[in-house]
Amino acid sequence: MRSRRSRGIVAGMQTEHTIGVELRGAAKSYRTAGSVVRAVRGIDVSIDRGETVALLGPNGAGKSTTVDMVLGLISPDAGTVSLLGAPPRKTVAAGLVGAMLQTGALIRDVTVRELVAMMAALHPHPLGVNEALDLAGLADIADRRTHKLSGGQAQRVRFAAAVVPDPAILILDEPTVGMDVEARRAFWQSVRAFAARGKTVIFATHYLEEADAYADRAILMSHGRVVADGPTSEIRARVGTRTIRATLPEVDATELAALPGVNAADRRGEAIVLICADSDAAIRALLDTHPDVHGIEIASAGLEDAFIELTADPGDDTSAAAEPQEVLA
Amino acid sequence: MSSLAYTRFELRRTFRSRRLLAFTFGFPLILYFVLAAPNQNEHNFNGSGISIPLYYMVGLVAFGAMTALISSGARIALERTDGWTRQLRITPLKPSAYFRAKVVTGYAIAGATIVVLYASGISLGVSLGAGRWLEMTGLILVALVPFAALGIFLGHVLTADSLGPAVGGLTSLLALVSGTWFPLGSHGFLYDIAQFLPSYWLVRASHVSLGGHAWTAGGWIVVAAWTLVLAVLARYAYLRDTARV
Repeated sequence: MRSRRSRGIVAGMQTEHTIGVELRGAAKSYRTAGSVVRAVRGIDVSIDRGETVALLGPNGAGKSTTVDMVLGLISPDAGTVSLLGAPPRKTVAAGLVGAMLQTGALIRDVTVRELVAMMAALHPHPLGVNEALDLAGLADIADRRTHKLSGGQAQRVRFAAAVVPDPAILILDEPTVGMDVEARRAFWQSVRAFAARGKTVIFATHYLEEADAYADRAILMSHGRVVADGPTSEIRARVGTRTIRATLPEVDATELAALPGVNAADRRGEAIVLICADSDAAIRALLDTHPDVHGIEIASAGLEDAFIELTADPGDDTSAAAEPQEVLA
Repeated sequence: MSSLAYTRFELRRTFRSRRLLAFTFGFPLILYFVLAAPNQNEHNFNGSGISIPLYYMVGLVAFGAMTALISSGARIALERTDGWTRQLRITPLKPSAYFRAKVVTGYAIAGATIVVLYASGISLGVSLGAGRWLEMTGLILVALVPFAALGIFLGHVLTADSLGPAVGGLTSLLALVSGTWFPLGSHGFLYDIAQFLPSYWLVRASHVSLGGHAWTAGGWIVVAAWTLVLAVLARYAYLRDTARV
């Protein structure tokens, strides 16, 4: 009974919708002891079918909350979320979504093959179990018990369980945490092979390199907002930069932002912070125009720093970094 | 289709866990022989009119089966901690099918406990007519229903850490006040409490050997009421848990 209805939804979703995932004004807050944490503050995102998109941001940016909303695990306080034009729970019930969550242990007392086969049996149009095992590189350890696996192997089992439904939309929440470099590369090859089948793939990560290498597009989140959304090359240009910090009172930040090589400028009391595309040009210009500048530091921006700088918008507090920790993992 | 697959998966997984099986079957079995074997020929246990081998056979079936049903549901707490229930929520598997798998598994272990203890009882001279065996088994299976709901309730309010002590303590206490270890008679403080507990009626199933009905109407009402209350609580705990994250 259920499967017949599901197939109807599947057919409709497969043909009618070119948009894979859409969030409109989606917001979610959590109440924790006495305070309200605004994990996601109203985001608009539209992802076409077949796109591979990285959801990029430091810890606490709101990535996991966004992933949970997309999967229908939590409901937004405001706004809407749709997958293939339907509410997440409906799309999930139709078996069109696969996901690797950030969670602890795999269920015990089963073999890898049994776990993947069970996942296949729960879905209306799965891949072959062997195909999924091959795709995840698990053929050698298919008969091993799930609690006797290394961290990297366990992640691959999660991946196999996520792709065996043959989902139209695959969501990976920080999938390579705990993998070494070699395992990470092998893992992304598997993801790429799956994405090549015309699938929509969304992965959350805080590794800029992963977004750069494996996504067509990156959505940058910070403090619960989308602060940049575009081709990965553009994002990389924005965050793969250097910052100049110096003490320079009484100069307007907008004036500094206009200096050559400077993308953005911000004032923090007596100090200034310049985000630079070309820090060499910027420092020369800065010394020329403001000889009294002192206490100069030039640093290549770590991703987290870059996010903080990028998001220090004037409407917010002067320093985004001064805000309390925003999310629960 | 999919719910059947999940039940099969759960059964296979559970019956493969040797530690779980050893404790589930081993514990009541050892207790049975320790308690009943030395008094094998006592035919009127504390004036109850029931022989010691039969009394303890049903008493330990009650204890073992009740523990099996409660633990099966309560293990949901572990799966919540591991994130497994979250993973299942992004599949087409319905929550009701997940709970059904837990209850069926609990009953399967309970059934195996019943078989093992019946065989042990027969080896100590328990002998009943076929109709009596059937009636007794039926009553036991009915009286286990509220414990299935209790297990699912506990699975949503306990944590992985509190699971062991909570389930162990609760089943021991219920066994004690329900007459698993000695007949409660028909008056007195313990009896007054016990008759309002479904576990008492579980133990009472041994009364089939006395002829007549083992349960009074009150027994059926108590079991039905607890089933209803615990099912409502389990549903509430589940909804509260999934709403949170």
